Amino acid sequence: MNWKTFYALLSRDGHVARRNLLPTLLQNLLQPLLLTFVFGRILTAGGMMQAGYKTVLLPGVMAISMVIAGVQAVAMPLITEFQFTREIEDRLLAPMEIGWLAVEKIVAGMVQALVAGLVVIPAAWLTMGSGVHFSFRPVEFAVVCLLVAMFSSAGGLALGCSIGPTQIGLMFSLVLAPMMMFGCAYYPWSFLSKFPVLQYAVLINPLVYASEGLRGTLTQSDHMNTMVVIAALAAINVVLLVVGLKKFHSKAVS
Amino acid sequence: MGIGIRIENLRKVYDTPPPSAARGGGFSFMAQRSAGSKEKKEKKKKFEVVALDDISLEMRAGEVFGLLGPNGAGKSTTIGVLTTRTRPTSGRAFIGEFDVWKEQVKAKRLIGVVPQRPNLDFALTAREVLLFHGAYFGQSSREREQKTQTLLEQFKLTERADDMVRNFSGGMMQRISIARAMMHDPQVLFLDEPSAGLDPQTRLLLWEIVREYNRLGKTIVLTTHDMAEADSLCHRLAIIDHGRIISQGTPQELKASIPGGYLLRLRFDRAPEELLAVLRSLPGVTEVRSADHIAADVYADRGGPLISSIVTAAQAAGAELHDVHIAEPSLETLFLHHTGRSLRD
Ligand SMILES: Nc1ncnc2c1ncn2[C@@H]1O[C@H](COP(=O)(O)OP(=O)(O)O)[C@@H](O)[C@H]1O
Ligand SMILES: [Mg+2]
Repeated sequence: MNWKTFYALLSRDGHVARRNLLPTLLQNLLQPLLLTFVFGRILTAGGMMQAGYKTVLLPGVMAISMVIAGVQAVAMPLITEFQFTREIEDRLLAPMEIGWLAVEKIVAGMVQALVAGLVVIPAAWLTMGSGVHFSFRPVEFAVVCLLVAMFSSAGGLALGCSIGPTQIGLMFSLVLAPMMMFGCAYYPWSFLSKFPVLQYAVLINPLVYASEGLRGTLTQSDHMNTMVVIAALAAINVVLLVVGLKKFHSKAVS
Repeated sequence: MGIGIRIENLRKVYDTPPPSAARGGGFSFMAQRSAGSKEKKEKKKKFEVVALDDISLEMRAGEVFGLLGPNGAGKSTTIGVLTTRTRPTSGRAFIGEFDVWKEQVKAKRLIGVVPQRPNLDFALTAREVLLFHGAYFGQSSREREQKTQTLLEQFKLTERADDMVRNFSGGMMQRISIARAMMHDPQVLFLDEPSAGLDPQTRLLLWEIVREYNRLGKTIVLTTHDMAEADSLCHRLAIIDHGRIISQGTPQELKASIPGGYLLRLRFDRAPEELLAVLRSLPGVTEVRSADHIAADVYADRGGPLISSIVTAAQAAGAELHDVHIAEPSLETLFLHHTGRSLRD
């Protein structure tokens, strides 16, 4: 393992991310801000939702932001770089085993996912006005955040190595949209108890654990057991990492 | 000093079609057709292109080695295997003492690659492309800044150094791509069709840079389907077609392997029949043609060595030699000779 090269590749990604800081931030912040404003402010102020909904919503919105940011940060550049320009070769020729390049992409994606998640907390809290009840458990929160960041960028790796540029639209409408709707971001998992089949079907959706995990470590609203969440996220991470690295290897070498 | 390259019994069979427009359009209709159209229909899923068919080669330390062949011959695939980008189906490749597929990282440290299609990092400016490349190879920041400055100047890119490379013209991309390959001062430089799409002036700049880099003792491997380039730049050549080596040697050796490949175009004040007869009897001459008894075309297996006997014969016949032009056998002729096809497709 060649740390100098790894670090140089990370700083390249950091450099590019900083150059696109403003558009990326806007992209990552706009949706959560709109969501929290409409659901957390307008609907609660009008009495359509109870005030407690703000507390349920914030962790869910944070989970969505992290997942979208991580997937996008890794998948989008990969999709273009694997195209016929083979831009990726610029970095595949760096003196390092090629698997580490995928790892580097994951680390860079994790950083972006974490930043996107953390900026949502103050931003959403501001748009919703007061009324979010935090109950912060720092160690578990950090673990959940890291695992969520990792699954989103590992997922980005697997997706980025599996689809072409013409399928990006499909990726959003067929993978990410249902994931968000059935990801327990807008409601706690326990609310699904009236739809028992659905309640167990959504368990394959990693966003469920992200939302429930953040809910449990950031607030005290109804949530899944945090240890279960951590175990599930860890398992999902292992699967996505294996799949992503495998796909990366087969795509990287002809 | 210097790093040699060895390829042993290399075979590469692609089992998926090339990704659209990949690798600079090296489609070989020949190779696909040879699979047999009937057979192809039977097993529709079994796509197979034999890109390299048992190639063995040796490129010596410090030489400029050329791979010459038409589109789809397997040049880029050979470069791909040697640069860790293409996994061979069987056979081995060595850069210096390192097996490219077993000690990838060590091999990668020794090589610089200019791909057929520029694969520049489009998210960066020209300067950043070089700076980050240096960083990937562990250069200190002072080292990489100095080197970047030098290369930008050498490749006449200083003025555009802070523009994004994605806005560059093809020729500029090619230049920055060569500069990038030289950034970490590799012992072996691979250039895949480096002058395709370059204007004549940049092309000369490129040739000069290649020669200069080679003078430092570096090994250079380039592919081309341009005879003039192969001829003027390469110490040794391999001619490749349909994934096989057809012939190899120095440009001179290769050309000399065509029987009677030289053409001497002579012009006399007059060339009587008896002079032509003497010319026909000179050693190595295969044919003499003269339409007007002034000019004579002599086909022979040698060029310069014949001149003195020609002058002597002319004097003996009372004629005066006014003009001589020796056309060396060209690689074009050679390719035609070996494959029955012209290189220019
Ligand atoms: N990535 C790829 N996948 C499938 N087939 C390929 C790929 N790259 C090249 N080929 C095929 O292999 C053969 C040799 O191509 P290539 O090495 O690019 O030739 P050259 O560089 O001499 O033009 C061609 O028939 C080409 O279509
Ligand atoms: Mg080629």
